[in-house]
Amino acid sequence: MSSGLYDMSAKDFDKTLDLTMLKPYGDTMNDGKVQLSFTLPVPNDDRGMEAARLISRQMGLSEPNVAYARALDKEFTFYVVYGSCTHSVDYTKIKIHAIEDKAMEMDEVDEYIREHIGRKIVVIGASTGTDAHTVGIDAIMNRKGFAGHYGLERYEMIEAYNLGSQVPNEEFLAKAREVNADVLLVSQTVTQKNIHIQNLTELIELAEAEGMRANHVMCCGGARITHELAKELGFDAGFGPGKFANDVATFCVKEMVRRGIK
Amino acid sequence: MKSKLGLDRALVDRARTSAAKVAEDTQRFIDCHTTVAVERTVCRLLGIDGVNEVGVPLPNVVVDHLCDKDVLDDGAAYRIGAAMAELGLSPQEIAEGIDRGEIDLAALPGKREEEIRAALAPVVEASLARIRGNVAKRQDYLEKFGEKDGPYIYLIVATGNIYEDITQAKAAAKQGADIIAVIRTTGQSLLDFVPYGATTEGFGGTYATQENFRLMRAALDEVGEEQHRYIRLCNYCSGLCMPEIAAMGALERLDVMLNDALYGILFRDINMQRTIIDQYFSRVINSFAGVIINTGEDNYLTTADAYEEAHTVLASQFLNEAFAKCAGLPEEQMGLGHAFEMDPDLPNAFLYELAQAQMAREIFPNAPLKYMPPTKFMTGNIFRGHVQDALFNMVTILTGQKIHLLGMMTEAIHTPFMSDRALAIENAQYIFRTMQDFGSEIEFKEGGIIRSRAAEVLQKAADLLGEIEQMGLFATLEKGVFADIKRPIDGGKGLEGVVRKADGYFNPFIEEMRKEEKA
Repeated sequence: MSSGLYDMSAKDFDKTLDLTMLKPYGDTMNDGKVQLSFTLPVPNDDRGMEAARLISRQMGLSEPNVAYARALDKEFTFYVVYGSCTHSVDYTKIKIHAIEDKAMEMDEVDEYIREHIGRKIVVIGASTGTDAHTVGIDAIMNRKGFAGHYGLERYEMIEAYNLGSQVPNEEFLAKAREVNADVLLVSQTVTQKNIHIQNLTELIELAEAEGMRANHVMCCGGARITHELAKELGFDAGFGPGKFANDVATFCVKEMVRRGIK
Repeated sequence: MKSKLGLDRALVDRARTSAAKVAEDTQRFIDCHTTVAVERTVCRLLGIDGVNEVGVPLPNVVVDHLCDKDVLDDGAAYRIGAAMAELGLSPQEIAEGIDRGEIDLAALPGKREEEIRAALAPVVEASLARIRGNVAKRQDYLEKFGEKDGPYIYLIVATGNIYEDITQAKAAAKQGADIIAVIRTTGQSLLDFVPYGATTEGFGGTYATQENFRLMRAALDEVGEEQHRYIRLCNYCSGLCMPEIAAMGALERLDVMLNDALYGILFRDINMQRTIIDQYFSRVINSFAGVIINTGEDNYLTTADAYEEAHTVLASQFLNEAFAKCAGLPEEQMGLGHAFEMDPDLPNAFLYELAQAQMAREIFPNAPLKYMPPTKFMTGNIFRGHVQDALFNMVTILTGQKIHLLGMMTEAIHTPFMSDRALAIENAQYIFRTMQDFGSEIEFKEGGIIRSRAAEVLQKAADLLGEIEQMGLFATLEKGVFADIKRPIDGGKGLEGVVRKADGYFNPFIEEMRKEEKA
């Protein structure tokens, strides 16, 4: 199949877009083309290549093409494979939990707080549990912000407390009470073996046990956090990659107003 | 080396003098204090090892005992030496006796210092001899296989399981890695003890234990013999157990240790007095054991902006150099750190990175500089990430960085797959090979972007060091000068483990190690 630049295979499939039968797109509608790479713990030889093809077929790829194979060690080989996905999904039936608030800019958030809440709101953030990374919480809270979006510390109507990393959940909640926080933000960067799930679950359970869940907005964020996961764990919202301080601020102030937290 | 940047040498000297004053000033504080970690290290070097039946390491048992009896200020060496002279037991037997509640170090009769020192001398010497043996063995390997010119390719393994780490490390070494770093499990830096034995469970890394060190060392020696290269082993001498881990590394022939004077204070919220005392002994040990230290300035740039805060990196390099000198560490073992962390959207970012890397090279000509890859702006777009890593690789080969921590295209997604590592090595080797002598072919235009950038960063760093000289180190850390992080002098973890030395205090290892370095 790897016969050079031109794909001469007949394209006898329907080339009109059908959102009930959605497939990956390479260069022709419904061609299903995907690229993937993986390593098998076997030597780099013909038998290994065949194994790579068979694995790809079982993943639902038709006509898998092993474009590249390279030994990583005696007993490990890396493969790059192309193929056509035989599966499809019905895009029209998909329901997701998305944050529907349109993000406001910093000034608009400040204005919204003045108008609808009428006092400074208090936001407390940390990377809790054993997680030593502050990059996520810093991107949201530090004055300087991230990628051109100022952090919450710069908002006139927000009093922001960034506790940094490795803050035990109990301590985090205690501090939230001490400063009369309205909003609790927790960031998780380390996700090996789902340690973040355990930790986030623990935080929610503690908050509920201490009667803090109902009158606080609680959000989590991090590179592997989705809004859907956050909702499932009992948070009000989750913020993944590409979300900035103003996205978080918008959700939090609107949620406070929705829930009547004043 | 001819300067390509036309740096103002007088300004470099001024910055260096300021840093030296800060370090000397702080050293006076260090010299009259000790910590629980320092004393546990003395215990380890006296041969105390193992755990009791509830899993507490015996060095902790001994030091906790000294704290309970309120005699830690005499030092573990003094008290254990006195017990050896009185009881005729080995340090290990004494530790076991303390654990069983049979020995009370505070209740034994006092001894003259000469008698104590005489009792300790053979044990101290045995420990130093083992470390000297490790230095000689490393030297033998390097003579046999030859030392590598050009950058050392530095790779991490981080499976959490030492045996899985070994599989990954061996593969990486065969693919071309020169240094293998075993990332520690998250949270280890805040443990006030070092776990014991081989471990197979960790999050985002593997526990640093002496047995894990030994296992990995043996595996890398084995693959090194096959490959006819000496593969260096790196671990993390930071957190609440800095000197203990240095001692374990010295005993098991580690070659490289992350070991920053300020990192724990800033990034782990460890009390500044504790860290600054601990770092001293850890560096004395690393110096004696021929271990290259890596400093952590690269971390500043993960929280602070890499363009705006570049001068804080340089200022911190000067400080780390000054503190390392106070501990007798030779320049050839100072792997001062910096990083390629500028925003890819910033026009001319590559030129600024190049300017700063060249500047570090010229200011610290003998240091094996540690250069860290992009992490902050790695997005999950692995294809762009591979290109960012390629630009980073170019800066290294153009400016002669020595310890080159390979960037992974899957940074920000997961700890590296075996294939991620192989692709990263291929990328680096391709660039190092095809651009090998490019650096010596180019000069930078007078008054151009690169020279101007280096001059600007140097000026700001020298000014900052001038301010720090006035304020002193502790006040500087309280003001949040580094990485935008403020730390109070009495805040953070581990302060309760700091004590002022009593009059009769002595640490035979610092004495002996420093004596040899002066000889």
